[in-house]
Amino acid sequence: MGELLMNVVDWSRAQFALTACYHWLFVPLTLGLGIIIGVMETIYYRTRDEKWLATTKFWMTLFGVNFAIGVATGIILEFEFGTNWSNYSWFVGDIFGAPLAIEGILAFFMESTFIAVMFFGWKKVSPKFHLASTWLTALGASISALWILVANAWMQYPTGCTFNPETMRNEMTDFWAVALSPMAMSKVFHTVTSAWALSGAFVVGVCGWMLLKGRNRDHCIRSMKVGGWVGFIGIVLTSISGDTSAVTVAKHQPMKLAAMEGLYEGSPGQSIVAFGILNPKKEIGNSEDPFLFDISIPHGLAFLATHDPDGYVPGIEDIILGKGGTSKGFGLKPLSFEQRKEHGKVAMHALAFYNDALKSRDSTLLQQYKQEIEDNFKYLGYTYLEEPEESVPNVPLTFYSFHFMVTIGGYLMLFFIVVLLLLYKPKWVPGRTKFQKLGYWLAIITIPLAYLCSMSGWIVAEVGRQPWTIQDLMPNKVAISDLSAGYVQTTFWIFAVVFTALLIADVSIICKQISKKSKTNLDVVETK
Amino acid sequence: MSQNNSFWARVVDLYVDGFRSMTLGKTLWIIIAIKLFVFFVVIKILFFPNFLASKSDSDEGKAQYVREQLINRY
Repeated sequence: MGELLMNVVDWSRAQFALTACYHWLFVPLTLGLGIIIGVMETIYYRTRDEKWLATTKFWMTLFGVNFAIGVATGIILEFEFGTNWSNYSWFVGDIFGAPLAIEGILAFFMESTFIAVMFFGWKKVSPKFHLASTWLTALGASISALWILVANAWMQYPTGCTFNPETMRNEMTDFWAVALSPMAMSKVFHTVTSAWALSGAFVVGVCGWMLLKGRNRDHCIRSMKVGGWVGFIGIVLTSISGDTSAVTVAKHQPMKLAAMEGLYEGSPGQSIVAFGILNPKKEIGNSEDPFLFDISIPHGLAFLATHDPDGYVPGIEDIILGKGGTSKGFGLKPLSFEQRKEHGKVAMHALAFYNDALKSRDSTLLQQYKQEIEDNFKYLGYTYLEEPEESVPNVPLTFYSFHFMVTIGGYLMLFFIVVLLLLYKPKWVPGRTKFQKLGYWLAIITIPLAYLCSMSGWIVAEVGRQPWTIQDLMPNKVAISDLSAGYVQTTFWIFAVVFTALLIADVSIICKQISKKSKTNLDVVETK
Repeated sequence: MSQNNSFWARVVDLYVDGFRSMTLGKTLWIIIAIKLFVFFVVIKILFFPNFLASKSDSDEGKAQYVREQLINRY
């Protein structure tokens, strides 16, 4: 049973990862390009310069293609919750349902209503109303993202709820604690602003291609100015919210932070690894050095995680052993893996007795066991873990994804600064010298780098929290349904084919549109 | 009342004219229609039934099933 269950877990995880990754290929461009076309149309509205209208319409077409191909790809994740992750779906109850319902009713309808005005309404509504519709479409997309991310944040940091063993659901007690949890807020800002950076890179990269071909220079300068600024502001805000995220993760998911840094034994004033190659021989408890090679910045991690250069940051082994710190941000005395497991066992035994008491309807016993469950519920999930190693995520994948994300994030910051400096440099003309062509190629290559960076962020967030579906409460192997591995495997390959086809359609239609429209004069509005 | 009619007529006109004058949009709508058909008719119905609904019709029964799953997997 155990072996079979592991196969189902692996396939279910792989399927969810596949569909989530494909879904995320479409989302950030919708979020960021919405803002960019909003800014462009605002400039048109204020200046009434037709060139800005032409530029707005060009990017709106690409926004439309991406939106159309990407729409509803996220619904697949909800199918998977109901079939593959049914224990989890039931267990989270309203906590997950409420944000998703708000997302569906408010944001989706808002987005889809105003997108029609945005595309069909140029000659039908006033310029002011059209501009408002464009911004409301962008806002609607961001509100959609907000509620999805709130739901995701709750899985990383369950709060604002109480567990009812009779209904087997977590019941929301404080909506605002869920919606405004520090994990949710940092996640929302980090994700949405990173989408601005990605979209800025997309706009600059597409313009780089056009300049390489020597087409529509003025249109490219206009576009790159907006794309460059939105991208720059996006990456600055992503860095700031990344700092907040690090503090939140240090407080609520210290194991994830330790995996992100390949940290096995922490210390006060812990350094941060700027660059490192992990030692594959390193295992929990052995004396091997965690790194074959590393360049570290003294006190870096302590400052990042606790905002105190001498703060204590626990490593993987410290967390397992329950070694505590005295620095800010670690006020609670941490429990060891074994102590957490003990609490989990008490909760689980109480749940089993509660189940028996339900049959006899003995209200005194029910109340007693309910209280026992409540007192130990925080560590319920540890009861399913046999060895401490099971509580540790995949360190190499988390570590390298995190460092790749940070490196490319730093590169994007530099990239946007250089782009803006060039654009605002007096007398700078985007020509076709050898050096400039190299720059255009760099801009083109930046598009996939931005996507990989964004994807790496999600790998850090999701792989780093393993083995938990819900942090400390429910590991994956409990969250999944009692299905066969073959069943999940079949749907995995169906999704692989369907989503790959959609991605090919998206990329080919976008490339075709860019190529076709770049051959026209993008300083004048198409009459058709 | 006439203002309302005028408003709804304009809404209908927006969509009718918009769809009629679409070029690239027609291709995109075909892709959306195929995608929604594959997602909701093929994939959802054939491969993604509500798992708990197959275990019990009532909320109490589903809760009991999940409780036993959690206890038995320990």
